[in-house]
Amino acid sequence: MIAFLVRRVTWLVATLLVVYTVTFFLMRAVPGGPFSSERQPPPEIREAIARRYKLDLPLSQQYVTELTRLLRGDLGMSFRLADYSVGEVIAEGWQASASLGTVAMVLAILVGGAAGVVSAARPGGLIDGAVRTFTMVGISLPSFALAGVAVLLVVYEWRLLPAAGWGTLPQLILPAGCLGAVYAAEIARLVRSGVVEAMQSDWVRTARAKGASHRRIVLHHAVRGAVGPVVSFLGPAIAGILTGSVVVEKVFAIPGIGYHFIEAATTRDYTLAMGLVLLYTLLLGVAGILVDLVQAALDPRINLEK
Amino acid sequence: MGTSPEPMAAVSSSMEVLPRPRRTMPLSGRLATGVLAIVVLVAVFVPLAPLPSPRTVDTARSLEPPLQGRLLEELPELMPREGEASDAWIERGFGDLGLVSRLMVQGRVALFGRWAFSGVLGRDELGRDLCARICWGARVSLAVALVAAVVTLLVGVPWGAVAGWAGGRVDDAMMRAVDVLNSIPLVFLVVFLVTVLGEDSIRLALDRLGIGRLAIFFLVVAAVSWLSMARIVRGRLLELRDATYVEAARASGASPARILLRHVVPNLAGTVVVTLSLTVPRVMLFESFLSFLGLGVQPPDVSWGLLANAGLKALIPIDPAWWLFVFPSAALAVTLLALGFLGDALETLLDPRRHR
Repeated sequence: MIAFLVRRVTWLVATLLVVYTVTFFLMRAVPGGPFSSERQPPPEIREAIARRYKLDLPLSQQYVTELTRLLRGDLGMSFRLADYSVGEVIAEGWQASASLGTVAMVLAILVGGAAGVVSAARPGGLIDGAVRTFTMVGISLPSFALAGVAVLLVVYEWRLLPAAGWGTLPQLILPAGCLGAVYAAEIARLVRSGVVEAMQSDWVRTARAKGASHRRIVLHHAVRGAVGPVVSFLGPAIAGILTGSVVVEKVFAIPGIGYHFIEAATTRDYTLAMGLVLLYTLLLGVAGILVDLVQAALDPRINLEK
Repeated sequence: MGTSPEPMAAVSSSMEVLPRPRRTMPLSGRLATGVLAIVVLVAVFVPLAPLPSPRTVDTARSLEPPLQGRLLEELPELMPREGEASDAWIERGFGDLGLVSRLMVQGRVALFGRWAFSGVLGRDELGRDLCARICWGARVSLAVALVAAVVTLLVGVPWGAVAGWAGGRVDDAMMRAVDVLNSIPLVFLVVFLVTVLGEDSIRLALDRLGIGRLAIFFLVVAAVSWLSMARIVRGRLLELRDATYVEAARASGASPARILLRHVVPNLAGTVVVTLSLTVPRVMLFESFLSFLGLGVQPPDVSWGLLANAGLKALIPIDPAWWLFVFPSAALAVTLLALGFLGDALETLLDPRRHR
């Protein structure tokens, strides 16, 4: 267990370092920078600024200084948002993204899990067909198509909910639903195939032979077959959903992390973009480690040391 | 439940003794194939179709809803203006086309004259014909899928195959590379790459090398599309390497080449096809996602994601121009759905381990 953690954390740190190094040198290789706008300050002032921020040093030294700053948790200043450090932007966006993501994920697990179990209880039945069609639609559809149709119908046609904005509960429903729908479809699919497979297992046959009801078999025995795949899926999914679904945040104008990322990318705010890439790598890595730990706790056959 | 075991399912085709129970493509798969065939035909032959040019601006008819005005009209833009080279109108209306497409556009004029169905699906804010734009956009969306499929086959399959077959240290090193790429959030990294490579001076430098913005975009998308194929092929090869029939072939003195060609490749083919059918819609979704965010295909090129993005901006509370959003999204959705159903059908058809 300790050995496993040490190995995985080392691996994660190495990945972060690679990502940081690549993005750092890419950023510096690009000629356009924060000071290359049309209205230039006089050259003396530019030099002074460059010296202040150590932009006049050779690249390797800049790399080392920036890296030590990063290790102290300082991601630098945003290139575009006045008076914001990258850390502050992340802290602000995190609130919106995390609450949106949590609601969406809870919805997805409840709806997707229920749909998957119901669908698997009678494979080939009418409900099963409907659920499988919906999951296929949910997985295939681009999220902006779903979000746009939702806005068109729910907001403009039926006038049930506000179109965009952030802060109140009605404003949360539509984006969380759109974001959760995709994940619900994936979860329903995983649960269904897991349960269907478990229904053919020896332990289910034994339970049936002992006279357990169909309901009890599905809900008590076969459901366990679906837990493993769903947990593996949830790790990266939670990391992704917490850092914000870029598209949903853009469509509904939610000031979350994904929204900031796209703004950063399109306005070439390199420090902010890099900070967010690092954050996402970190979350993905941590989620991966947690998933493996949970899997090992759930299934004694899994050996972490191997 | 079709649980009847197929005793020969894992045996390579050359050693088959019993006739394999016939499996047929489910109806959904056949329907999906039909839909995809139509999409591909449209994308390939759109220059021949009697449609307006996707670029001609007509602000007088800005935001005209579908099926309004004269649906069949003679277009002035499909002929040279006074004092212009005889084929300048092609570039003006359709952009920089390859030879075949130019010939097709000329063929279209020969066939239908300057008549065209116009305004069938409405017009955008500049009065451009939406139907023509969707049909031309299909070309970019499908081209991305094609590039990704080719790269997946040419890089992903050999990568996984070599790693799986060689095993040991080679396998370790090759799969580590895939692992590193996989543990990086690729969506974010690609966005970063596209942004950096799209910087004006870098773009000009690449332009001089003959690499356009669209080509960069294709390359970046393709570069990240082969990873899951490599993993899956490697896993399958590890299985195949230890399969009893491969061992038997080796024991009876078959050459490595013969083992690979007659026993391994036929058993790998199904896995590759199924994985490919899952990769292609993912890449198309990714293209539309990037274009939707304004980081992928750039105007004046069109793609479905770009059109949907423009359409979303037209979804304003008063008189939303819904057609601008609904039709491009529908084109994308139908195509992706068809690919999804086709992938599902292929999986049941080709994967011997999956019984339903």
